Amino acid sequence: MTLSLLIVQLLNGLQFGVLLFLVAAGLTLVFGVMDFINLAHGVQYMLGAYLAVTFVSLTGSFLLGLALALAAALLLGLALEFLVFRHLYERDHLDQVLATFGLILLLNQAVKMIWGAAPLSVPVPEFLSGNVRLMDGILYPVYRFALIAAGLSVGALLWFVVEKTRTGMLLRAGASNAPMVSALGVDIRKLFMIVFAFGTMLAGFAGAMAAPILSVEPGMGDTVLILAFVVIVVGGIGSIRGAFVGALIVGLVDTLGRSSMNDLLRLFMAPASARATGAALSSMLIYLVMAAVLFVKPEGLLPAKGRS
Amino acid sequence: MASTSSASTAPVARPVAPMVRRLAPLVIFTLLALLPLASALGLPGHWLTLVTRAMIVAIAALSLDLVLGIGGLISFGHAAYIGIGAYGTGILITEGRTELLVALPVVLLACAVFATITGYVSLRTRGVAFIMITLAFGQMAFYFAQALSAYGGDDGLTLYEKSTLLGREIFGNRTGFYYIALGTLAVCYWLVRRLVASRFGRVLRAARENAVRVTVTGYDVNHVRLGAYVISGMMAGLSGLLLANQTDFVSPAYMSWPRSGELIFMVVLGGVGSLYGSILGALAFLVTEDVLSSLTQNWKVIFGPLIVLFVLFTHGGIAGLVTKLRGRRDG
Amino acid sequence: MAEPALALKGLAKSFGALKVTNGVDLAIAPGELHALIGPNGAGKTTLVHQISGTLRPDSGAILFGGQDITRLPPQARARAGLARTFQITSTIASLSALENVALGVQAHSAHPLSLFRDAASDEALNAPAWEALEAVGLAERAHAPAGSLSHGEKRALEIAMALTLQPKLILLDEPLAGVGHEEGERLIALLNSLKGRFAMLLVEHDMSAVFALADRVTVLVYGGVIASGEPAAVRADPAVRQAYLGEEG
Repeated sequence: MTLSLLIVQLLNGLQFGVLLFLVAAGLTLVFGVMDFINLAHGVQYMLGAYLAVTFVSLTGSFLLGLALALAAALLLGLALEFLVFRHLYERDHLDQVLATFGLILLLNQAVKMIWGAAPLSVPVPEFLSGNVRLMDGILYPVYRFALIAAGLSVGALLWFVVEKTRTGMLLRAGASNAPMVSALGVDIRKLFMIVFAFGTMLAGFAGAMAAPILSVEPGMGDTVLILAFVVIVVGGIGSIRGAFVGALIVGLVDTLGRSSMNDLLRLFMAPASARATGAALSSMLIYLVMAAVLFVKPEGLLPAKGRS
Repeated sequence: MASTSSASTAPVARPVAPMVRRLAPLVIFTLLALLPLASALGLPGHWLTLVTRAMIVAIAALSLDLVLGIGGLISFGHAAYIGIGAYGTGILITEGRTELLVALPVVLLACAVFATITGYVSLRTRGVAFIMITLAFGQMAFYFAQALSAYGGDDGLTLYEKSTLLGREIFGNRTGFYYIALGTLAVCYWLVRRLVASRFGRVLRAARENAVRVTVTGYDVNHVRLGAYVISGMMAGLSGLLLANQTDFVSPAYMSWPRSGELIFMVVLGGVGSLYGSILGALAFLVTEDVLSSLTQNWKVIFGPLIVLFVLFTHGGIAGLVTKLRGRRDG
Repeated sequence: MAEPALALKGLAKSFGALKVTNGVDLAIAPGELHALIGPNGAGKTTLVHQISGTLRPDSGAILFGGQDITRLPPQARARAGLARTFQITSTIASLSALENVALGVQAHSAHPLSLFRDAASDEALNAPAWEALEAVGLAERAHAPAGSLSHGEKRALEIAMALTLQPKLILLDEPLAGVGHEEGERLIALLNSLKGRFAMLLVEHDMSAVFALADRVTVLVYGGVIASGEPAAVRADPAVRQAYLGEEG
């Protein structure tokens, strides 16, 4: 692989990692603070994308559409929380897994019914279109840079909130020991709702931002969900820093793995089957990495302090 | 209450297992054995095929109940073993080896190896990490099957022959297949029951409740869990072998993660840990799926909420419900 | 002393800057009932964890009947004859009292993980289990689920479970905590009846129990031993009195 291609793939890996971070951050917070396994988190990502499709085409403006999509995603998330999730906080993990699994079935199908099964897309906004010239011969899309920038800023904002504010302190305390926080008189329900709203918005934002560069289709949240779980397991449950590091690792390994696997297999296979086999084998790569990490450090790379 | 006599008095009789737990399996298997008679009396053959498929899947659900219900390990990648069993059988058939006496050990060995390796790694984690890592391993198997372009890749592999036993065709007849599936299910059920009642089973059950206590009593809990995991994987592989023969088709979709989720649902639907409940769960699930999907293409929109409502409003599944009803009647 | 049942040599453990176990030396003779006392926060539970194997010491050695077990995992120590009871009662709630005890017998048997023999009706497991239950006075509650036993009964059950390990030493971690007066008296009588069969390390706060039962007493303060010897001598020791000033003596 040439240097320019390598740089492009590195940037792609970074961009994918940032996207995963946004989804995983919400997931790890919800699981870390509320001990709630939410398999439907991927669906929230998918809804963000679909809502972006609708609102951007309705308003004609990317930014306005994005804002509306976020608001709608938040509302839907809160509705789900009210109707289903809050009844599951006290239940054991098995019940949570099952109930949110049922939600995935429902919402994937509902999305198919409302928007149709064909893949949709959002046009890249004017002010973010075009390419940037990095070095000689390397052009990289402006939008992807914007995505990286947006994701990193959200990450920085999240870091600020979690490390420097009182709400953040409660979140970190809750991630280590939720009953204790409750016993200290904090309204745990309000804290849960804030955490949940945060998480939902992050996922929806990721979905909406991803819409212009990925194909928006039913079930798009499922792979992302599994990868997000891999991220938080690798990074350490309840840890935002862990989610960040984990997401970058997963993003880079996955992207670089795919492209190099493709090149490798093309050496002795026909291009079409090389691509198919390559895609499959490189999908396995991430899980091998996860298995290796868990083998050496079962609690993850950067576990939240205080968690066993 | 210090006992004053040192001589061993006749021990108080051990309480007998509740009626339901003893009768329910008998009722289930009897009804299943009689179903083909109904078919002879006019029940559409479609039902026989459906129940055969349900029994085959029930073998996998039963195996999952062993690790999940009895062992307390939420494995979200169990469909992988069905896939390994199906692919093992399918590949052998495609290569001209239809003999069951070859396919069976191959399938069991493949599942045992996969279960040992993935189980060993997975058991280093607990809780959510365990669920996710089993899910991830299931995905690995799924992607591996997709990569098998020589054997159909993502499109799957059609089988033009069925497995034979000592050269004899045993899967050709629909009623014959039904009874083979029923017989296999019955044997598996008996095996799992014995296992749970054994010394090994007692340690597994105790470890689910209090792993620390079991450890300081002198057991290696991970060894026991791994053992259960491997046995369970092999049994699910057997299910895959039968499934390939019933559908004449193997595909990566057999081990997709929604399939693993459905297996979990069957176990929970029937009643976690009840063992016979997972058979009921598989039957209920597949029949419901069949009925709903014939009504509308968008049946998942109904099925999804059903699962959610089921989880929110019930506890203990069908087995729990039956026990409760019986309890009320007995006063 | 002949080879001690348990010997701690220079055991040390720190959590960050906090020295929770500060160079502890201890020796318990076979058959001796040795009490470990000390104010709250003295590090008694941490010491118990290190002896039973759930916590690894930073330095020092633990010798069990002469054998160095410092690196051995908990299940191996159990198999070697080091039994323990728990400060927070830890039994298998859904199994009957008999089954709980039989589980311990099973661990020692020739085929602890046999796949086919029915466990519940196995006389080879049940007979020793009955014996242990009778020794602690729980024979009548044999078939009750362990979760339904009273607090004192659960403690007695734990002791029965420890008995089945054919122990050379039983670690008793505050067996009287939270137990009412009458049941407490019964537990003390039970422990007395077991004295001499094996060594016991009794970690306790209840001073009357300690001085009624112990052959020797060791006092732990801030992770270090400040006194060790016969109960009467320890009671009179001025350093001990000062450590316990304000505490119920």
